[in-house]
Amino acid sequence: MKSDSDPIFRPGDRVRVRNAAPLGHVRTPFYIRGHAGVVERVCGAFPNPEELAQQRDGLPAQPLYRVRFRQKDVWPGYRGSAEDVIEVEIYQHWLEV
Amino acid sequence: MIERSHHDMGGLEAGKVKRREHAYDDWQLRIDAMMMLLNGIGGGRKRMTVDELRKNIESLPPADYDKMGYYDRWVISLTQTMIQRGVITTDELARKLAEVENRKWGQSQISGQITQGD
Amino acid sequence: MKETGRYEPYSYFQLMEVSLRELLVEKGVMTEDAIAAAMAAMRARGPERGAAMVARAWLDPVYKSRMLANGSRAAGELGFEVPGLNLIVVENTPQAHNVIVCTLCSCYPRMLLGIPPEWYKSRPYRSRVVREPRKVLAEFGTRVAAKVQIRVHDSNADMRYMVLPMRPAGTNGWSEERLAATVTRDCLIGVAVPKLPKFPKSRKS
Repeated sequence: MKSDSDPIFRPGDRVRVRNAAPLGHVRTPFYIRGHAGVVERVCGAFPNPEELAQQRDGLPAQPLYRVRFRQKDVWPGYRGSAEDVIEVEIYQHWLEV
Repeated sequence: MIERSHHDMGGLEAGKVKRREHAYDDWQLRIDAMMMLLNGIGGGRKRMTVDELRKNIESLPPADYDKMGYYDRWVISLTQTMIQRGVITTDELARKLAEVENRKWGQSQISGQITQGD
Repeated sequence: MKETGRYEPYSYFQLMEVSLRELLVEKGVMTEDAIAAAMAAMRARGPERGAAMVARAWLDPVYKSRMLANGSRAAGELGFEVPGLNLIVVENTPQAHNVIVCTLCSCYPRMLLGIPPEWYKSRPYRSRVVREPRKVLAEFGTRVAAKVQIRVHDSNADMRYMVLPMRPAGTNGWSEERLAATVTRDCLIGVAVPKLPKFPKSRKS
């Protein structure tokens, strides 16, 4: 039986970070929201920090991914190598295809 | 701007990195130690999560966040978390703060020397 | 009685630390001994732990591959207790240079590197290294060639990161200890690379 903690994305999948600006405690940095990248690895499943911050247990554990983005895609006018990347940890509920 | 929280600063413009370092004072290291113990590391019973601590730091008024040192933010946030968790009450804190401040016999946390008044 | 010591009034934050600590001790939530022990444990943890892992990896390719597969387990192999640490070790190569930041706060592999330096937690570093890493690295005196890929890692959630720097040239036959001594904390964060000491060791060695 599939569990909520099973990852739905795999390394190599192209994903986009949701563009949202909620309240409360959030671990998805503002600068990466709305951007598209590639899943570099599945880090595992962890209790949701947004819920832990509110004294709730954050279960079921949420899959966490490392997502790789090209710097030139993230920053307008990025001055650096076209190959430069930034890798950010994103929780599954912040990712869409 | 409420959309981007004040602590969420990746990509913003800022000045040069100041690399000069200094040793931490004992009172600052004690804050670090209390945080670890309250988080259940080092034999303490877990009474909070680091996420609650972070939420409280993030809730500091932006001007305060910028002016306060790292451990200043931690001690305020840690104390807030203990009130939220019911480990201490606001009234207990108020009385204790007054008691400590009014001590004629006190230990200077900076110099570590006992002072004596009349 | 005369004043025998120097009195400096508490800052509001020092006042808060004393008050919080005394309340917690009075309520039996913790003891002064436990606080002192936690401080001693913290002082015993420093970047020499990460440096030891790096030196071992330089000499033992099997350990290196285990370290890249599971950093926390590799730390445990060398006897370093790292409770709660989810460590990812990222490898510098001639093609890629890694640098670590936590833009949201100050997440750092404290169990292996100790307490992070002030600059790691500062606004300039947290804001700028994600967007202009080469420029920030240059401020640390580290120049990364234009053709080398820079990989910035934002440890914004549950993982923590350590850089495995490249072994410096001219170290053939060096002992593990001597190799570890070239690896500073800044090398493990990625703002510096290991350098050979400028001057030869003293004649006594």
